[in-house]
Amino acid sequence: MNVVANPKIVMQAKGLVKRYGHVTALDGVDFELREGEILAVIGDNGAGKSSLIKALSGATIPDEGEILLDGAPVHFRNPLDARRAGIETVYQDLAVAPAMTIYENLFLGRELRRPGFLGSVLRMLDKKKMLVESMARMQDLKVGIQSMTQAVETLSGGQRQCVAVARSAAFARHVVIMDEPTAALGVKEGNMVLELIRRVRDRGLPVVLISHNMPHVFEVADRIHVARLGKRAAVLNPKKISMSDTVAVMTGAMTADQLPAEAHA
Amino acid sequence: MAKSPTHHIPWGALGPWLALLGACIFFATQSDRFLTGGNLSLILQQVMVVGVIAIGQTLIILTAGIDLSCGMVMALGSIIMSKFATELGLPVPVAILCGIGVTTLFGLLNGLLVTRIKLPPFIVTLGTLNIAFAITQLYSSSQTITDLPAGLTGLGTTFAIGNAEVAWGSVLMVALYALAWFVLRETGAGRHIYAVGNNAEATRLVGIPTQRVLLGVYVAAGVLYGIASLLSVARTGVGDPNAGQTENLDAITAVVLGGTSLFGGRGVVLGSLIGVLIVGVFRNGLTLMGVSSIYQVLVTGVLVILAVAADQLSRRGAR
Repeated sequence: MNVVANPKIVMQAKGLVKRYGHVTALDGVDFELREGEILAVIGDNGAGKSSLIKALSGATIPDEGEILLDGAPVHFRNPLDARRAGIETVYQDLAVAPAMTIYENLFLGRELRRPGFLGSVLRMLDKKKMLVESMARMQDLKVGIQSMTQAVETLSGGQRQCVAVARSAAFARHVVIMDEPTAALGVKEGNMVLELIRRVRDRGLPVVLISHNMPHVFEVADRIHVARLGKRAAVLNPKKISMSDTVAVMTGAMTADQLPAEAHA
Repeated sequence: MAKSPTHHIPWGALGPWLALLGACIFFATQSDRFLTGGNLSLILQQVMVVGVIAIGQTLIILTAGIDLSCGMVMALGSIIMSKFATELGLPVPVAILCGIGVTTLFGLLNGLLVTRIKLPPFIVTLGTLNIAFAITQLYSSSQTITDLPAGLTGLGTTFAIGNAEVAWGSVLMVALYALAWFVLRETGAGRHIYAVGNNAEATRLVGIPTQRVLLGVYVAAGVLYGIASLLSVARTGVGDPNAGQTENLDAITAVVLGGTSLFGGRGVVLGSLIGVLIVGVFRNGLTLMGVSSIYQVLVTGVLVILAVAADQLSRRGAR
């Protein structure tokens, strides 16, 4: 990725500030997501990691600063605004409706209606089309689930998270934000989701991955955004820096300018 | 962890049917009159009020809520209709609309308290249960309203199929079940009701206005209680301030007997119709056997606990 001279910037934030009373969660943070990459966002608790993600996904409104999507400024007032702009978010706590089927979950809130009178007047859903499209989507992402009509609760935790990721990937036009997507999963299940995240990127969607899990971050990330004290401490290249140095920057034991030049990305 | 994707009918869905069948067989052996066409159509008439209330109750329970006020709101609606049509002398259609309007307002009130002030449905509807009951008693001076115009009781009239008399109200009840079944199964709004009951937070995060879905459900339930008010007036021929007292718990019993989970998100509205019939068959059968009505109350109490226990145990098994 880093050999590309000037990769296009898909999403950018400049000088975001967010205060909660006396607490400054974001203190002029910058952010940059490039085309075709997985950008990991790491940071200690209180580093401003989740406040940054909330601002990018529309869950909070920053007090200052601006967010640009494809170079144009955007102002999200709520998560729905962000979603309309093509930004999808996957949450850690398996945000699915367990008793409903896989295809219903994939199309939840974006159900397809039948053409003509049946759809426009009787508001009938086009279940067949949703089934076929779900199947195609899951096959495209190589999620090995055979039946789209099984209830999500019959799936394992990892498979459920794959459904949530597939839903976001299907509807995101610009960016997929994943907030600790592997935190609730076991090792094998976590790897299954990581594999899927890579495939989402390979299909052209840039991914923002928030994670506490350093091995996961180093396994999939193209670049690492380190949040610290409400600012961006560094952007690192996981291929040129050790995990322990990364943690040192994250905790403040080491500053970014103490790192060799090639560690920056 | 992952189960194989089988598609056979689960026992949970068959349970209500088996219970209904078992009850029918039992009462058929106890009374010669039970299985006659006349008696079966009588059961359909006896359950039409609670049947329509149970549709509204199903919608609410699917969202993981509950409505304890349903029967009392229905009673208030029937008092409004009968008083407006007699003492105020309003035309029958206007009186009916006023009655349905009041029950709809109660649905709106329940819905606003649940969605805006975030009060638990149990407490909200326990409150409106008492409010509706008190208004009913005050407005009617606890007097039954008689001499109703024919238009108000039209749905109680019957037509003959063979030697069985079927009430128009029963037909309306079945039609409303068909409508609810269609909406819940085939439309996005219906699927959103399930989604809210399944995982309200996840539903909100995908961009569905969950508060509006909830409010809509409570208002729709209010409209259905108003239709039940009309059926109650039509069935009894009077405006009865003490109506709705058995229907209140019977509706919840029927929904749970029909396999809808009190935890929300699971169930089918046609199950509630089966549940309503189970309750109706028990009440009718016990009456035919000459069992005093207080035992019917006892049986309903036992039924609802059994149904909730079955729901709870099957959910534990699924985990």
